Amino acid sequence: MIEVENVTKEFGSVTALKGVSFRVERGQAVGLLGPNGAGKTTIMRVLTCFFPPSTGVAKVCGMDVIRHSLDIRRRTGYFLESAPLYVTMSVSDFLFFVCGVKGVKRSHRKNEVSEAIELCGLQHVGNRLIGNLSKGYKQRVGLAQALINQPQVLILDEPTIGLDPEQVFGIRKLIKVLAGERTILLSSHILSEVSMLCNKIIVVNKGRTIAEDTSKNLNTILQGNILTKVQIEGVPRLVIRELEKVKGIFKVSTHEKRADNILEYLIESDKSLDFCKALCEIAFSNNWILRGVQTLKLSLEEIFLKLMAQEEKKN
Amino acid sequence: MKSCSIMKREIVQYFSAPYFYVLMTIFLVLSGYFFYTDTVLFNLMNFRGTTSLTRGLWAYYFNDLRFVFILIMPLITMRVFAEEKKLGTTIELITTYPLKDIEILTGKVLACLVVFVFMLSLSFINVIIIGIIWDFGEIASVMSGYLCIFFLGFALISCGVFVSSLTDNQIVASLGTMGLFTLFWFLTWNEMIVSEEGLKILKRLSLFDRTFDFFRGIINSKDVVYFMLFSFYFLFLSLQSLGSRSWKGMK
Repeated sequence: MIEVENVTKEFGSVTALKGVSFRVERGQAVGLLGPNGAGKTTIMRVLTCFFPPSTGVAKVCGMDVIRHSLDIRRRTGYFLESAPLYVTMSVSDFLFFVCGVKGVKRSHRKNEVSEAIELCGLQHVGNRLIGNLSKGYKQRVGLAQALINQPQVLILDEPTIGLDPEQVFGIRKLIKVLAGERTILLSSHILSEVSMLCNKIIVVNKGRTIAEDTSKNLNTILQGNILTKVQIEGVPRLVIRELEKVKGIFKVSTHEKRADNILEYLIESDKSLDFCKALCEIAFSNNWILRGVQTLKLSLEEIFLKLMAQEEKKN
Repeated sequence: MKSCSIMKREIVQYFSAPYFYVLMTIFLVLSGYFFYTDTVLFNLMNFRGTTSLTRGLWAYYFNDLRFVFILIMPLITMRVFAEEKKLGTTIELITTYPLKDIEILTGKVLACLVVFVFMLSLSFINVIIIGIIWDFGEIASVMSGYLCIFFLGFALISCGVFVSSLTDNQIVASLGTMGLFTLFWFLTWNEMIVSEEGLKILKRLSLFDRTFDFFRGIINSKDVVYFMLFSFYFLFLSLQSLGSRSWKGMK
């Protein structure tokens, strides 16, 4: 649905994008992650045909952004960061205006506007001037205008920035409803949000894609050794000695005391070891009671920071 | 039509902005003042009832109306694109909708024309007053004068829209437009320093020198063609300015 191949974008002497490449398949919800100035908004502006790439190919719905700009804009809904809107118009007037410019037939406009208002929770503010709305409601109006005319592709630039927790929850719920029906490309600084809403993550830094994969796969690639927390009822000295004998277990340390004879251990083991099987075998042979097993995964923040660090090392 | 949606939105924007009513007041005060002074002058000149309304009153009145629009028009056109570029990037919003640049431009220019014609129509009260006091006998030359003002207004709007498309600052847009208008106005003033041939060329290029025949009730086709070419030239430049984002930075 979205194909970006070696796209660069230059603004005079400044190169905002340096050979970005990624793909988004139909129905996917993909998160674009990156620090400030990474090039996320520039990528989105290229895909929404606000300006063309300097070099490279960008396609949306199989159409080139330079040659088929109008067709792409008919199929795309774009939510801009900071939601620029016509503040002297009322919410419903603005949405009717959007219907007009997006070419919605007159007979369908009322339905389109009602649907967008309902989806975005704007029922109580339909007749109010946009300029008098809170930031959260303005963002919802921004989202509503992106949904007019049922676009196949939704491009959302920081849709939850600056909102209170209740509003953030509402917008996320809406995005979850829309994902699957449409193809969504969403950028955010909030890593947990991207992890929650998106099938795939694209990490961008200084105008380059540095990773493109699911959160799970990125975790597997970057994690290195596996860390596991295990609660064992047994003599601590013996537990540590027996575990360290197992081939593939590198380090065992005590983490926390849970009860009289129950300690929590932090075990570092090789990725190739079937840790659970090895643990069960050794626990059975030593008559230990296993009270809990938890594999520690890298948080998305840790994945992101590791990727940034790797990129810095390369440069 | 998509241009109609843009036009409607722009018209509503004008009529909901307080500055527009201030502008209308200024226009009515100035045009009313000029009408009053030109009527008093006509009265004095028409001592034996030999001066026609067209030559004695309407020619002077429309002449003065041109200067009012040199002042007013930049303030109407300054916000056309400059405001969109400044207003938290609504220019990005509107250019990522499935709209052709020409549709955006047409909608905005039509809105300016509607607003301009509305303002101009308010001055028609002066014609009605003279018609009641005197007569409507020379109404054809009055219509010719209004037609000229309409063509002039269209030309000034095109020029103003082009300057507005070049900047995101409304003050810069209005001053730039006013500067351009003044240049076109002053073009033929320095007759002494220009050769006869040079003066002929400048007179052909001068926007304001083409209005005299209209004010005398003569509609000259070459003047109509000039106004149209002038207007469409600046509209073409506006289109190029709007479309420049599609090719800037491309290799």
